[in-house]
Amino acid sequence: MLEIKNLHVKLQDEDKQILKGVDLVVEPGTVHAIMGPNGSGKSTTSYVLSGRNGYEVTEGGATLDGKDLLEMDPEERAAAGLFLAFQYPVEIPGVGNMTFLRTAVNAQRKARGEEELSAAAFLKEVRAKAKALKIDADMLKRPVNVGFSGGEKKRNEILQMAMLEPKMCILDETDSGLDVDAMKLVAEGVNALRDGKRSFLVITHYQRLLDHIKPDVVHIMANGRIVKSGGPELALEVEENGYADILAEFA
Amino acid sequence: MPVLQAKRDAAVARMAVLPVVPTSGWTALARAAAAERLSVMGMPGRRDEYWKYTDPTSLSQVDVRSAAVLQSDESPVFGDIDRLKIVFVDGVFDASASDDLALAGIEIERLETAASEDAHWASALFGVLEAKGQSPVERPLAALNTATVADGILIRVTGKVEKPVSLIYVHSADNSDAVLHHVVRLEEEAELTLLENGPAAARFNMVLEVDVADRARFSHIRAQGRDHERRAATHIFARLATESQFKSFTVTVNGVLTRNECVIELTGDNASAHVAGAALGDGDFHHDDTVFITHDSVNCESRQVFKKVLRNGAKGVFQGKILVKADAQKTDGYQISQALLLDDDAQFLAKPELEIYADDVACSHGSTTGAIDENALFYLRSRGVPLADAQDMMILSFLEDAIAEIEDASLADDIRGRLEGWLTRRRV
Ligand SMILES: Nc1ncnc2c1ncn2[C@@H]1O[C@H](COP(=O)(O)OP(=O)(O)OP(=O)(O)O)[C@@H](O)[C@H]1O
Ligand SMILES: [Mg+2]
Repeated sequence: MLEIKNLHVKLQDEDKQILKGVDLVVEPGTVHAIMGPNGSGKSTTSYVLSGRNGYEVTEGGATLDGKDLLEMDPEERAAAGLFLAFQYPVEIPGVGNMTFLRTAVNAQRKARGEEELSAAAFLKEVRAKAKALKIDADMLKRPVNVGFSGGEKKRNEILQMAMLEPKMCILDETDSGLDVDAMKLVAEGVNALRDGKRSFLVITHYQRLLDHIKPDVVHIMANGRIVKSGGPELALEVEENGYADILAEFA
Repeated sequence: MPVLQAKRDAAVARMAVLPVVPTSGWTALARAAAAERLSVMGMPGRRDEYWKYTDPTSLSQVDVRSAAVLQSDESPVFGDIDRLKIVFVDGVFDASASDDLALAGIEIERLETAASEDAHWASALFGVLEAKGQSPVERPLAALNTATVADGILIRVTGKVEKPVSLIYVHSADNSDAVLHHVVRLEEEAELTLLENGPAAARFNMVLEVDVADRARFSHIRAQGRDHERRAATHIFARLATESQFKSFTVTVNGVLTRNECVIELTGDNASAHVAGAALGDGDFHHDDTVFITHDSVNCESRQVFKKVLRNGAKGVFQGKILVKADAQKTDGYQISQALLLDDDAQFLAKPELEIYADDVACSHGSTTGAIDENALFYLRSRGVPLADAQDMMILSFLEDAIAEIEDASLADDIRGRLEGWLTRRRV
């Protein structure tokens, strides 16, 4: 279970407050969606949870299954079961996608005291999962995300998620840049991981993704806070009317 | 001109303490000419433009600074490679440690033995390519080498050699001062891979002259010694004929001072020259790659790829020049030098130069200095890769472009192992 309590975050190098008291609880097995205007703090929330440098938590906190996330290094958070599908996946020239995936999978296993996956077992698994996401062998051989199209990068994020089998998956605009078919593939990939225990926090601007990945709860983030939460109908309302009405209530 | 006089005096003083060289035999003329060259230009000085970033004093002065012999449990460099081994200890050929100098398609002789003969094929090359390489930029340490060298290897390749020739430089005495000079001639369509490894001595002055005839292919992989206090000044002078190929890669891990000069002249059409290097330095480490490639023929290609990883006060230097003469149309010249600085104390100085007199050429050069990409590092860590492993992955990936210049996969893997070893040793 992910619990965010009264999370206040400012930029480390600047006197700029970005999150101003985020409260959010994601129960095991549920899908939560976060929508909200550009610049409202959605990505910042995901970065702070996964441990990116440059932010300072001034108040509040966040835990995963009771463990203080903010105390941990990014790799420890990953081993604890947190995964972030990046809004902008990073290109890493010179590091092969396959090598990267295998290093990551085995590093997490090692951190959890589990046995490392053999080369053969890893290969078998990665091939099957890549196939389901229509990621071809050539893409697996290439350097991480280098020369990948926008949509290929997003599918590659989902492949990593499928291989790492995290408990808590945060997807930051994974739907942006995807064509209709790719969006279906990605949604299927996500849905295949739904097992009643794994949780998802899906950041998106569009209702369409939520047609495929059915959320239990939809939150609206504005100006560094969750300003409204509701059922899937909230996403429909945003789709139809934009944020004006919702934001007006809190002005 | 007091400065020049001081440099000349230094040259005379330096030559005086080196062993007396033969005054007869086919090398005598070349040696005398080199001594004459050196006495005119003098030893390199701190104020020379070409030594702006690297202090030549400890390389050129009479006294050698001592260097402790490194005790290492690392597996021997190229240990798994089937090769013909030629061993030098503190710059002296060691017959008992070397293999029989016989291999199909190749003639190998020791310079010291061959020098007493009256005539020799190497007389057309010994000190000749070096002398040619003295202009437009003077390279006094190379002239010093030709004038005073006692030992080295002469290799004439007539066919495709089945295994690499491997020069192994053992460092034994703390204050050893070694000078070696090798000459390699590849006849038409011949092929050779030359390996070099080891520190050689506390101070090492090495010249390698390579003459590559039409359609011949020369490949050179070098791993310089890891002894922390060792100093080295090396020069490669290569001349490339029509459709020939030259590839040289050097890995340098530690060593307080290294100056590697590579001077290549593309004299035949459609020739290709690649020079690459990976240098890793931690602390008291100064590494200088100085490259001068002259295009003097049509449709030739040259490529320079130099990467340095520096930390904790380590300093890297790159001086790379591509000179395209007026008749060298369709030249394809490329040069990249990059440094990865692991902290704020490390420093990289680069001087890339293009001088082009032909009008139909494609030449590009670039130089970058930077830290490990924070975004990439976070991305790797967010997938569970521990910080130190993520850093190592980034460092190795940074070096990969240079390693990629090694054609042979098992040699490339051996070199990768050296780089990983350096990273692992930094962990403890
Ligand atoms: N490192 C930074 N430096 C300066 N401003 C920053 C930084 N990180 C975030 N911000 C600012 O914080 C605010 C929130 O950014 P964030 O990326 O979290 O928004 P978002 O809700 O994800 O927006 P979008 O929907 O456009 O992706 C923005 O105004 C952004 O410019
Ligand atoms: Mg965002």
